[in-house]
Amino acid sequence: MNAPDPTPLWIRDARVIDPTSGRDEARADLFVKDGLIVERLSPKDQKSARRINGKGLVAAPGFIDLNCRLGEPGRPSRETIRTGTLAAAAGGFTTVLTMPDTSPCVDNAGTLQLIREICSRDASVRVIPAGTLTKGHEGKALAPLGSLAKAGVLAVTDTISGVQNNEIMRRALEYAAMFGLVVLDHCQDSSMTDGAQMHEGAISLRLGLRGFPSASEDIVAASDCALAELTGARIHLQHLSSSRTVETVRRARSRGAQVTAEVSPLHLLLTDAALVGYDTRLKLNPPLREESDRQALLAALAEGVISVIASDHSPYHATDKDCEFDQAPFGASTIEVAFSAAYEAAVLSGAIDLPTLIARLTSGPASVLKLEAGSLRAGTPADIVLLDLKSKWTPTAKNQHSLGGNNPLIGRTLHGKVAGTFVGGRQVA
Amino acid sequence: MATRNTWKQKDLTGIETLSRAEIDQIFAQADRLLPTLDQEQSPPLLRGRTIVNLFLEPSTRTRTAFEISAKRLGAEVVSINTTGSSLVKGETLRDTALNIQALKADAIVLRHSSAGAAAYLGRALDISVINAGDGAHEHPTQALLDAYTLKRKFGKTDGLKVTILGDILFSRVARSDILCLAKLGVEVTLAGPATLVPARLAEAFPGVRIERNLRKALSSADAVMLLRIQHERQTTTHFPSLAEYTSQFGLNEARASWLKPKAIIMHPGPINRGVEVESALADGSRSVILSQVTHGVAIRMAVLHLCIGARAR
Repeated sequence: MNAPDPTPLWIRDARVIDPTSGRDEARADLFVKDGLIVERLSPKDQKSARRINGKGLVAAPGFIDLNCRLGEPGRPSRETIRTGTLAAAAGGFTTVLTMPDTSPCVDNAGTLQLIREICSRDASVRVIPAGTLTKGHEGKALAPLGSLAKAGVLAVTDTISGVQNNEIMRRALEYAAMFGLVVLDHCQDSSMTDGAQMHEGAISLRLGLRGFPSASEDIVAASDCALAELTGARIHLQHLSSSRTVETVRRARSRGAQVTAEVSPLHLLLTDAALVGYDTRLKLNPPLREESDRQALLAALAEGVISVIASDHSPYHATDKDCEFDQAPFGASTIEVAFSAAYEAAVLSGAIDLPTLIARLTSGPASVLKLEAGSLRAGTPADIVLLDLKSKWTPTAKNQHSLGGNNPLIGRTLHGKVAGTFVGGRQVA
Repeated sequence: MATRNTWKQKDLTGIETLSRAEIDQIFAQADRLLPTLDQEQSPPLLRGRTIVNLFLEPSTRTRTAFEISAKRLGAEVVSINTTGSSLVKGETLRDTALNIQALKADAIVLRHSSAGAAAYLGRALDISVINAGDGAHEHPTQALLDAYTLKRKFGKTDGLKVTILGDILFSRVARSDILCLAKLGVEVTLAGPATLVPARLAEAFPGVRIERNLRKALSSADAVMLLRIQHERQTTTHFPSLAEYTSQFGLNEARASWLKPKAIIMHPGPINRGVEVESALADGSRSVILSQVTHGVAIRMAVLHLCIGARAR
């Protein structure tokens, strides 16, 4: 991360949207000095300021991603912190929470320190590493959560391994809450998903692929909600995919449980019907499910039952996915197309309005991590994104920054593009 | 052999991509080739061509049938199986296949444990790919020979009623049969344990009927197609034991008595005698199991000829 840009910045005549304050002004100016958002610039600063014509653009807080992988440490051929954060910047993200299932994994302060060192040299955006919930994310013994919290960790998760044991999850929630850590859970009952390749439904039956039943997610989401109520602790459910899970979260929240949830842009945009040609790039966990699930996710996003859109960026080399379907790894490279995909799926479809979409990418994730970021309030770091909603573009293998060759939207015409990204007032994309 | 000029498909990766006209074309070609199986020689329609059997999953019957079919047509045949291939040395399927193509083979007959593998190779290669079974997805030549057997037995397929009994969930034969029979105007009923015949199959394959009452499923059928219980694919959760399967769903004399007088018994093999079918029934007058095998040679000759022979070298 570089030092704040000393040149003042003046973004003029943009539509300014700041979900935290409810601000949505058709034509307004934003001012930045010494890396912070300010109410106004002095006449002298106005003269020296870099001026950006924001006409026709939307200016909003920089996006915050709660679910991404940046390759390092351990898998630099898939992604590095340098390429991954350049990709994040291109996608409008100014803060990213990285998943801890790196190699070595983040179950100790030493790995955390290593990631911090790489970031101080290579990162274009703010990187917040999540820690594992259990040692080696093996689901057996708790990771040293107190030490991780002391080292600056804000969130802990076993990510895709999930926690299969309710006793461990209960104690983890109680213990993590002591240190103000939020627990993130990938909801999957692994006993029901042996060999699963995609959503279990009519399409998986037709393709002859083993499926993840929706119930394998619903069951764990329900137990997580019950444990959140039992312990009074906070839990955040990662990348929901099923309509029943949405219903479970809605009910738990209405009872006052401290449960939040996220969804990925691909789950808002696509369904299992897209897998008919065995496209390995769309092999995801959780899997793309049915149209009724997609509609339920959109409705939950509108209501706020789902308060976060997270990219679920999981880069792989193109050759890793160039194989038989059941040999291919799960995951997609998405961080650069996340906004456009979500904009098309949620806003252009009429499901939600633009300020709500921006809230789900900014204030929603900020509140899960209890971060100060995600607003345009004066005095806060100038993390800003400029959006050109009229722009159409087509991602190609060449025009992306990520090393991930598994972006399933390559070749698709997308609507709405990130026109500029600023971290602490410095332009990074 | 006039029909070959109208054949457009490079590959046969599934029944899904075949039209009824194409299926009829395969049958017409099989009709011409079937009588030649009893002669010393069949027409050498594939002389000078090389076919590679790439079998990455155990198979005796299908591999042998393809080998005999290709040799009958005068082609050279090379067989590669899992243990002899470089896939165990870490080479990818794509690279193995590209090498076979570079060796100037004309076609690959692929048996693979991954659903979608044949279509994947078909897209990657310029030479023909014939699917000899891809995971639990499709086994098109088996379905074609099954439908061909029905057609020869009953003189037509439209309006026939066929019940497929057993493990549908893990069966590529069942999937191809359902698609093929539906295209040929056959009414398909599925029966077997609910764990292996999930209700949503009716949604996956519009038009098929699921019948939980075995007597009803058998009494209306012109043919019953028995599927092998695939111990190697099932986890123990799908049914209690083979003995329980036999007691609940095995075809025995008592259950066979529910069949129409002229109904036939079919099986894609290999048979587990005493499990899904009583030995006497497999060998009895209703059984067409060995005719299926012979028809399989004619069908595979027809498919190989149409896909490979129709293309210029």
